[in-house]
Amino acid sequence: MRTFLKLVILAAIVGAGIGLWVTAPDRVDAAKFDGLTGDAARGETVFTAAGCASCHHTKGAEDKLVLTGGMEFVSDFGTFYAPNISSHPQQGIGGWTLEEFANAVTRGVNPKGQHYYPAFPYTAYTKMVDQDLVDLWTYVQTLPASDVASKPHDVGFPFNIRRSVGGWKFLFMSDDYVMEANGNERGRYLVESLAHCAECHTPRNPVGALDKARWMGGAPNPSGKGTIPPLTPDKLDWSAEDVAYYLESGFTPTFDAVGGHMTEVVDNFAHLSAEDRNAVAAYIKALPPLGD
Amino acid sequence: MKSSFVALAALAVFATPTFAQELPQAVKARQGQFNIMALNLGILGGMARGTVDYDADAAQAAADSLVAVSMVSQPALWPEGTDSMSIDGTRAMPAIWENIDDVMAKWAGFGEAATAMAAVAGTGKDAIGPNMGALGAACKACHDTYRAPE
Repeated sequence: MRTFLKLVILAAIVGAGIGLWVTAPDRVDAAKFDGLTGDAARGETVFTAAGCASCHHTKGAEDKLVLTGGMEFVSDFGTFYAPNISSHPQQGIGGWTLEEFANAVTRGVNPKGQHYYPAFPYTAYTKMVDQDLVDLWTYVQTLPASDVASKPHDVGFPFNIRRSVGGWKFLFMSDDYVMEANGNERGRYLVESLAHCAECHTPRNPVGALDKARWMGGAPNPSGKGTIPPLTPDKLDWSAEDVAYYLESGFTPTFDAVGGHMTEVVDNFAHLSAEDRNAVAAYIKALPPLGD
Repeated sequence: MKSSFVALAALAVFATPTFAQELPQAVKARQGQFNIMALNLGILGGMARGTVDYDADAAQAAADSLVAVSMVSQPALWPEGTDSMSIDGTRAMPAIWENIDDVMAKWAGFGEAATAMAAVAGTGKDAIGPNMGALGAACKACHDTYRAPE
């Protein structure tokens, strides 16, 4: 009996050890940035494609480049508030190092070593190439500072245990692309990493991870009425030119105008190059049909 | 008994679409004005994209129609109780009625963009593209906050 008890205690210790290992924050190897120099102009393009300001500006603010945060994201797990990521040294990220920024954006780990909630789309940004990350960091440091404190998330038990996000990441976070590139690396990078389109256009499983078997298959709108439309060709019969024009102008082929959070996305894409819009359109048109 | 069941079922089948179509006149009217806008934006946008040949008269007529819609007095089209939480068949969010001054300012923004388009639509294809951008921005300005997704 005592041997059995010892075995149980041993199993518990081993189990806890594995649990701690699995849920521990995974950090970048900062050496990979050695020799890379940031370029703010290129970083602005990364910033626009990644849609940073779309979530981190304050709703109704005149200047969307003041990244005060405060926008709310309602989910099944609670309400998340975009934090202040302005260049303010205390309230924002002005006091961070490149390594801390890289861990936040591509690993979802804050400077204190805690996990961010995946409302922040680091599961997409994890595929960001190193030069883009360095350029982005150079650019965001040039943006204005805001001294408004970040609003704490409103998340109940058990989701308020940030360590549990480590287990979630272990199960669901991957550097792998979902689609084959088929000669359109740029389109795939824009859609699957920077513009993180799947975050809204792909349905989620009961614990909030993207259902990759239903990639871009459309999903319920997490923050209210209605649905986020599917992009697969059996559901979206627009031509590639239609998709590119929509991203540029906000007009659908029947000249209805874009609405909701997608207006932010179109604002961003309108500032990217025609080549980038065409690359995204080509990726969308190459998606496999999913049926019902 | 059986016949009354059939009658009830038939009633249910025929009644449902009737209910869905019974929108208040004001809602039908405002949806109609947005359809007129979309139709005319489509004429101009097709020319801007090059999917339709440029025609100065058609472009001018489309732009003039947009200006005409922008002059339709709006308050009558937006009575209280016709938001997406109160009735089916509309995507007009309750926030419209909480911020009616902002909504009307944005509607005025559409009027300015339409007027700018009408000033140049007949002068050549190249003038249309930039003004389509301004019109799109005017549409987005409202849809961003005040229209629910489908």
